[in-house]
Order: sequence, then structure tokens, then C-alpha cells
Amino acid sequence: MIGLGLKSSHVAQVLDTGAAVDFFEVHAENYMVDGGPFLRHLERVRERWPLSIHGVGLSIGGEGPLDRTHLARLATLLDRFQPAWFSEHLAWSSHGGHWFNDLLPLPYDAVTLRRVCDHVDEVQQRLRRRLLLENPSTYVEFVASSMDEAQFLNEVVRRTGCGLLLDVNNAYVSAVNHGRDAWAFIESLPAAAVGEIHLAGFAEDVDAGGDRLLIDSHGAPVADAVWTLYARTMARLGERPTLIERDNDLPPLATLEAEAARARAVLRDATTAVAAPP
Amino acid sequence: MSSTAVRGAPPLTQRDLAAALLDPAHPIPAGLVAWNGSDPVARFAVHRNNVVVSLVAALAETFPVVRELVGAEFFAAMAGLYVAEQPPASPVLAHYGDGFADWVARFEPAAALPWLADLARLERARVRAYHAADAPVLGADAIALRLADPSRLPQARLALQPSLCLVVSPYAIVSIWAAHQGQGRLEDVDPGRGECALVLRVGDEVVVQAIAPAAATFCGRLLRGLSLGEAAAIDAAHDLRASLALLIGQGAIVAWQDGARGS
Repeated sequence: MIGLGLKSSHVAQVLDTGAAVDFFEVHAENYMVDGGPFLRHLERVRERWPLSIHGVGLSIGGEGPLDRTHLARLATLLDRFQPAWFSEHLAWSSHGGHWFNDLLPLPYDAVTLRRVCDHVDEVQQRLRRRLLLENPSTYVEFVASSMDEAQFLNEVVRRTGCGLLLDVNNAYVSAVNHGRDAWAFIESLPAAAVGEIHLAGFAEDVDAGGDRLLIDSHGAPVADAVWTLYARTMARLGERPTLIERDNDLPPLATLEAEAARARAVLRDATTAVAAPP
Repeated sequence: MSSTAVRGAPPLTQRDLAAALLDPAHPIPAGLVAWNGSDPVARFAVHRNNVVVSLVAALAETFPVVRELVGAEFFAAMAGLYVAEQPPASPVLAHYGDGFADWVARFEPAAALPWLADLARLERARVRAYHAADAPVLGADAIALRLADPSRLPQARLALQPSLCLVVSPYAIVSIWAAHQGQGRLEDVDPGRGECALVLRVGDEVVVQAIAPAAATFCGRLLRGLSLGEAAAIDAAHDLRASLALLIGQGAIVAWQDGARGS
């Protein structure tokens, strides 16, 4: 299954003439409103397509307790729309009553692991469903980290039973940004736990040492390197629901449908190849 | 479990990072590292940039006319300062910006445009109206039935659409706003002529309409829960029939609680 993010500027067209996709994904927080067109439109989309609800505001990695009010809003939204998948991020985004609208990085140490697992447990119990936890794009690392990101994610999955949303672009961005091998990261994730894939575009920058620094911009087409990594990932994992993410510099719906078609072709080739052993 | 490299150093907390996010002058706390030994401050700047740019973009979406009035560059600088002073309290960005108009009113560099704050109020009211709760419009028959018994009218209490809101200004905020929607020319607007805006959602559209001051007073009183009789007692200039026709015409009335006859 190949999906697209549902954008308010496309929704009229989607409802009017349909779209060549198998599911839609929305950011949970955009629909935490009392009423109006957003909720009405989403109800109509939900009648025709499976839905993935993707949270950006839970701050699962936050040092403080989870925001129970926000969790209650999520529960209401999930009850109403019954999505096929629900996902959130391995990151923090609020502190001291402020919300930063960014996915901020965590040290991968024992203290953080315990806290993230506690929060994932609480989310899954409160929402009574499996959470897919997304690997982040990161730009800095912590001196305090005592394990790598794949080890950390493996432990969270093992301890909480949550699934993973594998963002292949994030895997590539983080690998380049930290001088590592993206495939080694993907290969060491627990394959069975991966419930959804994200693909997106990045922006190029350089760091203070002159090395490439990739920014997860969601503002460009999926890069060739990420397509290659996606094909390899699908050959290893088998088919997984795959989303093309685009939030900035939004092109016409047809452009995104073409990218979705490319994902479908890559997925077909990759999973066919795996069916024919050498 | 922490690495020996930070032995003796206080652990890097999210409080430290949060402070550094909102204040570019705040030093980046120790404890961050880059694989190539490059300065992590330049890398952490990605997050500083994400926070400010994304929240300024959210404000630009809510306040497009304010942005057009001051220009994109001025708006980005102004909104950036607001973001640093009043970051969102909630991840629901539809709620962000309630304090922006009051903040703009105190923002000295914008003092040359004294109507800017009230325009911000109007634009914020539009976003709130767009996402406000839905409520079925009270049918024309039901309203006609009530109007047919004038003796009960003074005690009646009307519930209005949850999306309905008033913005009363000593400036021509509706005309300025409308000129930015291609209705009328900005050069023809006398900004110093006060206007009252009625804002509400009709179907999927948010309507902004200039109404007479007496009509605004009337609607404001209904919103505060006063009876029709109490709300209508304004002055000789108030045309109750016209005010009611306005509310009925926009589908603004959602409930009509009759008063007891002659009470």
C-alpha cells in the first residue's frame, strides 16, 4: 500500500476526483479542533481510504510526564477515526509548558531508555492500540549516549511491544549527518516490528567542519539515494505500507501521485526480486 | 551508564536545550558532539531555525493581511520576537496566536500602523471561527413561530453559533481586510473610521461583515447571555428588526429559549 499525506490544499480535489493512493496520513494535531471543515473533510476521506494518524506533539522523549490532556485528545481522535495505524516520534518537543514544533534529539542512554519505555507503555495503555515509533532525523549527538540508535530502538520494541515506523529518509539523513552507514542501521532494526515506512526529501547544508549536513525538510522529492535504500529495505522486510511525506513547497497532487506510483514500482520490483532466490 | 567523557560534568538537560532554543544569545550547553569533531553549535542551529521558522510560518498562515501590511521581512522579524516571548503552550497550532494582537499593540516598531493589532484580532477570530464547533441552524419555521408571539420576545434568550465573534475597532478593519481580499481599494479606505466586524462560519466559509455599532452591542449582549429585551435596549438608532434579520440571514441562531409569557 502506498499513501500520501492529506493536505488541506488538496482535500477538495481528493474528495472530488479521487487520488491514485491506497491510504492517507494526517498529523493528529491538525484535527484536534472543535468542529468545522477539517473534521468534516477527514470523515469523508475516511469513508473511502484507510487512514494513518501520525502524532507530532506527544513529546515521548520528554523529561517530564506525558501531557495527559493531549493524550486524551488523541484518544478522542483515534476513537472517532479508527485509523489503521498510529505513529509518533522518538523525540521530545515540549518543555516547561512550551511546545517547540520541532522533533528534538535524545541521548541514547539507560535513563532515557527507561523514560521512553514508560511513556510508550502509558501511550499504548491509554490509547489501547499499538504505537509505531518513528526513528528521527538528527543533527547532533550526545556525549552521554551509551548505545546507538538501532540498539535503543530494539530495546524499546522488546520492552514495550511497540512497532516501528521506519523513516528511510531519516535513516539516510542521520547516517550522513553522523558519518555512519544507513543500511547497517536499517539492517539492525527488528524487521517484524516495522509497521510502516516513510519516504521524504531533504535539504543539503554543510556543518562547521565542511561536511554534508542533511536537513529533513519534507520540502523536496525523495532523493535517489533514499529510493535505493527503500528498495533494499523492501527486499529485506517485504512489503510495508509506505507513505510519501511532503509538508513544504507543496506541489500539485498529480506530482505526489507520480511519486507514489514510483514507490509502488520500486516496491513491486524489490519484493519480486526477493521471491526469486539466486 | 553515561560515558566517561562527561564524568564530573552536570548532565545535559532538556531545560538547558529548551532555553538555548528560544534565545540565540543563550550558550549551547556542553554535552553535544559531532562525529567529525566540528562545532555542534552550528548543528544545533538547525533546531533553533526549525522552531522559529515553522512557528513564524504558522503565524503567517493565521495573519496573512497583517503580513501584507507590514511586508514579509518585517513580519518575520516581528513574529520571530513573539515566538521567542510567547511560544505555543500546546501542540495544537490552531490555538496558537491568541496573544499576538495584544503583543502587536505593544510592539513599538509597528506603532505607525495603529490598526494592526485589531486586524490581527480579526484574522485570529477568522481562524477560531473556522475550527469552532458545529451547531445546526435553528430552522426558519421555528424562528417564525417565536416571532409570531411578540409578548414572549423580550424574555427570550438566543444561543448563537459557536463560531460567532465580534471585533469592534476604532479603525476600518473590515474595509482594510476586504481590500486585501480584492474587495475595494486600500487607497479608498479611511483607516480612522471605526468598524465593527461580525465573524462567523457559514457552511465551510468564514464570513466577515461590517455591522452597525448598535448591532454589535446587541450581538455582544446576546453572546453574554442577556435576554432579547435586555440586549435590544440600546438607543433609538438601533434597528432591532435589522439586527435580527442579520442573524437569521447568516444562520447565526442555533437555539431560542422562550421566556415565560408576561414574566
